[in-house]
Amino acid sequence: MPDEREPPGQPGESHGPEAESAPDGGASRTASEQPRQPAHPPRVGPSGEPVRDLPPAESKRMNRRELLKLAPVIVLGAFAIPKWQQPLLNEGYAFGDWASGKLFGRHRLARTFSDHEVAPLERFPYNYYDVLYPDIDFSTWTLTVEGLVQRPGDYKLQQIQAFPKIVQNTRHVCVEGWDVIGNFGGARASDFLRAIGADLTARYLEVECLDQYYESIDMETILHPQTLLCYEMYGQPLPPGHGAPLRLQMPTKLGYKQAKYLDTIRVTNVLKDDRQGYWEDQGYDWYGGL
Amino acid sequence: MASTANAIDRKQAQPVTMVYEHPFIVRFAHWVNAVALLVMIGSGLQVFVAFPSFGPKIPQKNFFVPPKAITLGGWLGGSLQWHFTFMWFFMGSGLLYVIYQVVSGHWRQVLFLPHDIKGVWPMAKHYFFFGKKPPVKAAYNSLQKLAYTSTLFFGVLSTLTGLVLWKPVQFWWLTLLFGGFRLTRIWHFISMCGFVAFIPGHLIMVALHGWNNFYSMITGWKREPEYLD
Repeated sequence: MPDEREPPGQPGESHGPEAESAPDGGASRTASEQPRQPAHPPRVGPSGEPVRDLPPAESKRMNRRELLKLAPVIVLGAFAIPKWQQPLLNEGYAFGDWASGKLFGRHRLARTFSDHEVAPLERFPYNYYDVLYPDIDFSTWTLTVEGLVQRPGDYKLQQIQAFPKIVQNTRHVCVEGWDVIGNFGGARASDFLRAIGADLTARYLEVECLDQYYESIDMETILHPQTLLCYEMYGQPLPPGHGAPLRLQMPTKLGYKQAKYLDTIRVTNVLKDDRQGYWEDQGYDWYGGL
Repeated sequence: MASTANAIDRKQAQPVTMVYEHPFIVRFAHWVNAVALLVMIGSGLQVFVAFPSFGPKIPQKNFFVPPKAITLGGWLGGSLQWHFTFMWFFMGSGLLYVIYQVVSGHWRQVLFLPHDIKGVWPMAKHYFFFGKKPPVKAAYNSLQKLAYTSTLFFGVLSTLTGLVLWKPVQFWWLTLLFGGFRLTRIWHFISMCGFVAFIPGHLIMVALHGWNNFYSMITGWKREPEYLD
């Protein structure tokens, strides 16, 4: 046999079935020459898929084995069980919040825009949930500061305005999906907190508002250089619908985190489970970061 | 009598040729992804109800308000919980699948490549205009490869645009790549449309090709496939 592949003297010994199963038609010849090999040596499909010839009973057993391997997918069905659904979804949010904290760049700035990209004030939307303009006496208004602070107390608007004024054109993103570029002016929250001796290693800033809205924000974001105690929009005192006299403005957070009509801020390490934020307590994400 | 029984026994004992078309990781990723995709579409549509527009808020021009029957979550907060939970299953199963395909070389079965272009039209002609059926040579024909590869494309597009909508500031470079925040919402919506276009065709084809074909996506093994005849 001139085209015999095995070296003389070692017929059918040194070659494994893999070597003989090259898709050149040689497989059947090998099978006839090597009666000890299985009738059908290992074959592969057109894309390298393993092929097997099995008795029907054996193929059924194999199918059943592989079917059972897929059982872990059923775990997703836990989301369909009413009792487990909400706790599981809360875990999903918690994981996302953890990832959000990791992704947050303390010094990564939100994009700022030129003046001609800013939407006019009358096209800057705002949402409210209870009263459009809470009844505020601006002449007696103060910001109450509580919690882990060396100098707690009531601060007048003029005291906040004494800090360097930051003016920025940034994008305001609403959780609903719309966005608008606006012009904001105010004091850096970090400047204010440092000046009053706040514990900057604390985890949260809790916020209470004059329209009974409330919020809580991670300290990392509060210390971000673009986070403002905002008292101006478009160079004018904050309009009533936008939170006069003072609001939080954070281009790294969604709109619902940026509480308006500030009344009290509290530096703290503990949040109550049912006091995460007005919307958060109903189902919005706590971190709400961009 | 005895000899007839023996003949039947022999016939039943005839070995069946089985092809392991879908490795475990592929099947696992497929089913996790199938569930995740439906949740993502349903909850995403409910999120869209909150602002069913691609323009400014003032003045708002609605593009399309999804009907309640095809949404999940009930309201914006509820749908966001589903969306932001199942995005991890969606991304995880997608990533698992892609890594496996690359590492194992199994991508050869399904990835649409330039040499598949010539096979698309004959197959489309067969399916849509009752043309002659082209010979079956592999697990997937060119049209199938095109369909499955396009879902891979939509998967990558929906993931990247989703990352932008979730974190436009942290992924600022991706935001720029997609042409800004507002345009990214449109890309994200388009990626959903891609899946919505794929799913009915996929399900119809699965129904037409019978149990053996469907069962292979559960057990991995396909019995006596046409291309081995």
